[in-house]
Amino acid sequence: MSTAAVTVGPKIRARRRKRTLALVVKYAALVFAAIVVLLPVYVLLVASFKSGAEADPSRAWALPHVWTLDAWREAWNGDQYGLLPFLKNSLKLVIPATLISTFLGSLNGFVLSRWRFPGSDLVFLFLLFGMFIPYQAVMIPLTQIFIDVNAPEGIPRLVFAHVIYGIPITTLIFRSYYATIPEDLIEAARMDRAGMLRTYWSVVLPISAPAFVVTAIWQFTSIWNDFLFAVFIITDPSKWPVTVALNNTTGSFVTPYNVQMAAALIASLPTLIVYIALGRYFMRGLMAGALKG
Amino acid sequence: MRKIRRWGPGLLLVSPSIVLVAVFVYGLIGWNVKVSLSDWRQSVETSGFDTGAYGELFPGSAGELDDFAGAVLSGNQSDTLSTDPAWIIDLHHALLFTIAFVAGALLIGASLAFLLDKGVKGEGVFRAIYLFPMAVSFIAAGVVWRWLMNPAPGDRSTGLNLLFDKLGLGFLANQWYLGTNWGAAALAIPAIWALSGYIMALYLAGFRGVPEELREAARMDGASEWRVYRHVVFPHLTPVTLSALIILGHISIKVFDLIVAIGGKQLITQTPAVYMWILIYDARDYAKGAAIATLLLVGIAVLVIPYLVYTVRSERRL
Repeated sequence: MSTAAVTVGPKIRARRRKRTLALVVKYAALVFAAIVVLLPVYVLLVASFKSGAEADPSRAWALPHVWTLDAWREAWNGDQYGLLPFLKNSLKLVIPATLISTFLGSLNGFVLSRWRFPGSDLVFLFLLFGMFIPYQAVMIPLTQIFIDVNAPEGIPRLVFAHVIYGIPITTLIFRSYYATIPEDLIEAARMDRAGMLRTYWSVVLPISAPAFVVTAIWQFTSIWNDFLFAVFIITDPSKWPVTVALNNTTGSFVTPYNVQMAAALIASLPTLIVYIALGRYFMRGLMAGALKG
Repeated sequence: MRKIRRWGPGLLLVSPSIVLVAVFVYGLIGWNVKVSLSDWRQSVETSGFDTGAYGELFPGSAGELDDFAGAVLSGNQSDTLSTDPAWIIDLHHALLFTIAFVAGALLIGASLAFLLDKGVKGEGVFRAIYLFPMAVSFIAAGVVWRWLMNPAPGDRSTGLNLLFDKLGLGFLANQWYLGTNWGAAALAIPAIWALSGYIMALYLAGFRGVPEELREAARMDGASEWRVYRHVVFPHLTPVTLSALIILGHISIKVFDLIVAIGGKQLITQTPAVYMWILIYDARDYAKGAAIATLLLVGIAVLVIPYLVYTVRSERRL
């Protein structure tokens, strides 16, 4: 190689220059895209650390003269715009809903991949369609049923809805995951005359951790970020999850915009932290969502 | 009998989910269709059969069809139509939004994946940045995008318009989502921002799924790198493109949170899903709200059912 480098002709040199140029263009494009994607984050951060006096729209792209946490404090538990009670509502919603739907998905996924019954593929298809429906198409009867059966108001209704409509995606993720565990493992358990639940409990469950993480992250993110179910189902403003409360504070033009930005950040922090800490699993959930096993 | 003992417990274990989905997905869809065909409008619930709600959403006669299509395409009202004028505007917005969103997210996502495919330094960081909007709610994203796309002109300008001005790109400044003709396409920008990373991830998996031997074989035959992509890699990506189209299309049809966060209930940003919400909450017009919900479902079913059947079938063939 080194001797060749001394004697390179103009043709090879030109090709090399072209390749370097292509590389520069490539990185420039990638960096530019990254900047554009992060632009909203810059705006959010910069605005949220400004004082009310400095939160003038015309200076919005500049860094704060004086960094202050006033807007964060106001958006966190201020008298007027505090999100804290609604963050608590969201937690009361997202924890049980995520746990229940993930566990249900695990049982379903196990049966539909490793303890199949005649027609189990059709059953899977039957469940799967529920993932794609626009929830508007069930919303009017759903709210009506809650009223008719006098279901406990507020968060419990929302937990119920997220568990039901989470069945398809959680089943899908677990079914794909279990399809990859060796059939021998299950067969060996069957040979030992282990029943279904025993096989699930002592053979399948212990190796399910990755799928539980993927599914739980997926459910946590989509339930935390949900707005549609909450806005239709929750009628009492004190029971709102944080998305509805955020939309309510920021939808009004009187809310100072530094507080708006701090509020948006606070409402997004839980899912962002999960994303940063467990991004790899987040990605796998996304791929499962695309039906790509 | 022994066979049933073998698979019976499995069916039993899944049956609660089957029943719940049967009732709360399929059953409620049926109930919703029934509401859409009732005369439950404004007043108390009744059980009368009435197709009036659909009558306001569809052209009344074959003769009106041209007029209807024209109005949807142009976004202009027509005096001769008996259709709900707001609905025409909604369809116009949905059309513009879908075209801009699907094309934008697909193009940007595929390009980013193409750039990342050969392996670049810091690939993990780039991927993490492109994908992070997926973790943020449309409501929170809407807060900042509404500000970025602030349409205030001149001295009061802010957000992107102000940025363009400072960068000497003032000619790019525009009315964004309040623009009379292309407003709905501007609404697609935050949606493209949110979903491009996801599409990138899908395509990247697709690129990487092409066996290296195939690329190598083409290279041995003297094909240039570009021709390797064109003739070997791209043909392998058809299933990925199909998935991406389905995912983007069904998000587009039911887009709701983002629009509410940016435009609230204004007609100028209204889409079918937002109108449905307004009909239920403000107008208490349950029949028409249910009719729109049914149409959203039909739109998505047409898109998704063939795809689901195809996917499960090809899975079975493996």
